[in-house]
Amino acid sequence: MTTTAPAADAATTPAAAWPAPVRTVRRRWTEHGLIFILPFLIVYAFFLVWPLLWGVKMSLGNDDVAGTRSDFIGFDNYAEALGDPAVWSSLWNTVWFTLLSTVPLVVIGLVLALLAHHLRVVSWLWRLSWFAPFVLPSGVVCLMWLWVIYPSDFGFADQLLAAVGLDPGIGWLTDTRYAMISIVITTIWWTVGFNFLLYLAALQSIPQHLYEAAEIDGAGARHRLWHITLPLLRRTTGVVVVLQLLASLKIFDQIYIMTGGGPDDSTRPILQYVYQAGFTNYRIGYASAVSYIFFALIVTVSLIHLRLTRRSREEAAK
Amino acid sequence: MSTVSESRRPRWTPGRITMLVCALALVLLWVLPLAWALATSLKPEAETARTPLRWIGSEITFDAYEKVWESGDLGRWLFNTAYISVMTTVLTVLLCAMAAYGFSRTEFRGRRLLYGLVLAGIMVPPQVLMAPLFAEMVSLGLVDTYWGVILPQIAVPAMVFILVKFFEGVPRELEEAAYVDGAGRWRVFWQIVMPLSRPVLAAVAIFTFIQTWNNFLWPFLVTTDPNGMTLPVGLVNVQSSYGVRYAQMMASVILGGLPLLVVFALFQRQIVRGVAHTGLAGQ
Repeated sequence: MTTTAPAADAATTPAAAWPAPVRTVRRRWTEHGLIFILPFLIVYAFFLVWPLLWGVKMSLGNDDVAGTRSDFIGFDNYAEALGDPAVWSSLWNTVWFTLLSTVPLVVIGLVLALLAHHLRVVSWLWRLSWFAPFVLPSGVVCLMWLWVIYPSDFGFADQLLAAVGLDPGIGWLTDTRYAMISIVITTIWWTVGFNFLLYLAALQSIPQHLYEAAEIDGAGARHRLWHITLPLLRRTTGVVVVLQLLASLKIFDQIYIMTGGGPDDSTRPILQYVYQAGFTNYRIGYASAVSYIFFALIVTVSLIHLRLTRRSREEAAK
Repeated sequence: MSTVSESRRPRWTPGRITMLVCALALVLLWVLPLAWALATSLKPEAETARTPLRWIGSEITFDAYEKVWESGDLGRWLFNTAYISVMTTVLTVLLCAMAAYGFSRTEFRGRRLLYGLVLAGIMVPPQVLMAPLFAEMVSLGLVDTYWGVILPQIAVPAMVFILVKFFEGVPRELEEAAYVDGAGRWRVFWQIVMPLSRPVLAAVAIFTFIQTWNNFLWPFLVTTDPNGMTLPVGLVNVQSSYGVRYAQMMASVILGGLPLLVVFALFQRQIVRGVAHTGLAGQ
């Protein structure tokens, strides 16, 4: 299980000091360590650190997208955002999508991996059909699914429903009850392969002799699954769940392409609201303020994750 | 003991047969939407929405493909996407590998602080930066340019982290021998460290390539000129112009998905290993 080394490792185990004999070599300035890091740092500073700080400044002003206006207005944008029902509803839509999608994406990913791992035949077929969609662009996936569910009443998906005796004519994307579920289904089809691969790699690293010992003791297949496989997958599950939470919270493409946030903004995620505030209403200062509220949510999830991995590492060390 | 059992062929017990049936049913479920898109794209336009639905129309025709290719900018978008993805991948690997080497193999004052600063960047989702980054691109005059799409994507803290972890696990004996022979750090980096790291570099490269090819939000924001669009952005942009011409829409979907499916088929093993590697180590 060494593959699941948590991020905290790097901070606590710095590289060993340079070996002694080499120190006597006089190095030219072109061999200074900083020279290796500099190209990365310049790009990093320009296109990550700077916009991150500049965004804070913008969020405290009434900037428009063309940069013709930029007055300091303090925390007005944040106050407005916290009182803006559209911010809360799109935050809720984001969280709702995350809750709806994470559970099936993790569970189905695990089930697919267990099937592929235990069958051990035609592994290319499982990888090809379940993982290949992950490499497709969001636009391709969403347009394809639009056509699968589109002509409501007589589209492909409705015909399938009718064939198994269910009521066709669902307003897949026009009915507020189903729109988010349709997006979730599309997302599962598209990205479950990633979790499938992570689980498959973890399953393949479980030593075979554990199963043999259990078999000798007369443990059945179900017993082995519950008492060997699933407990050993616990850390992988932790990683998969957090990765999935972070990915789902960043939902934008599928909703923007498939519903545009509708019907009645019932699926609009927070990132789309940021986009609309900044790029359709040209209030880029306000958009920045809303995106920092979203950023706070992401950082919270990341910190919980760090906390959890650190604790599980401490437990493992005991 | 374990070697005996690994060479043992799995038996076709009822349990395994049930599993096989379930797995095949799930495969069918995953293939159906793609198959339906493909079937639609091969129909004459007038028959796509005819009920009851048929898999095959009165004839199999490539009309839709011809029309899409002739009328649209698909070729242009393919070129843009390929150019941006290749450039981004090369630059990402280069920048991140050099930085990772610097962080894991050299000592200088402030190194640890800088590394901490870079690691903190893992927590910043690029989507959060869309407004200020766009404003920056406007002032740099990089809107609607390749560099405007490429530059914000090449300094990836997670990739530096993955490479540092890998370099730290590489034994230093070879490098030390090279130093004794009078090699400088650059030669050691290019001729020893980089070749030794080929598998992890391949993983980083493949992951970056797929990510860049599929990236939607940033290229969507920073390109307004249809000529400069990437394929994922262009497809969505013309979505409405297809109107009810579903055969053409599905033909563009198939053409748009094909390049990456070919890449996937060619590098299946590396991609699978790369994703498992970068996916887990990235956390």
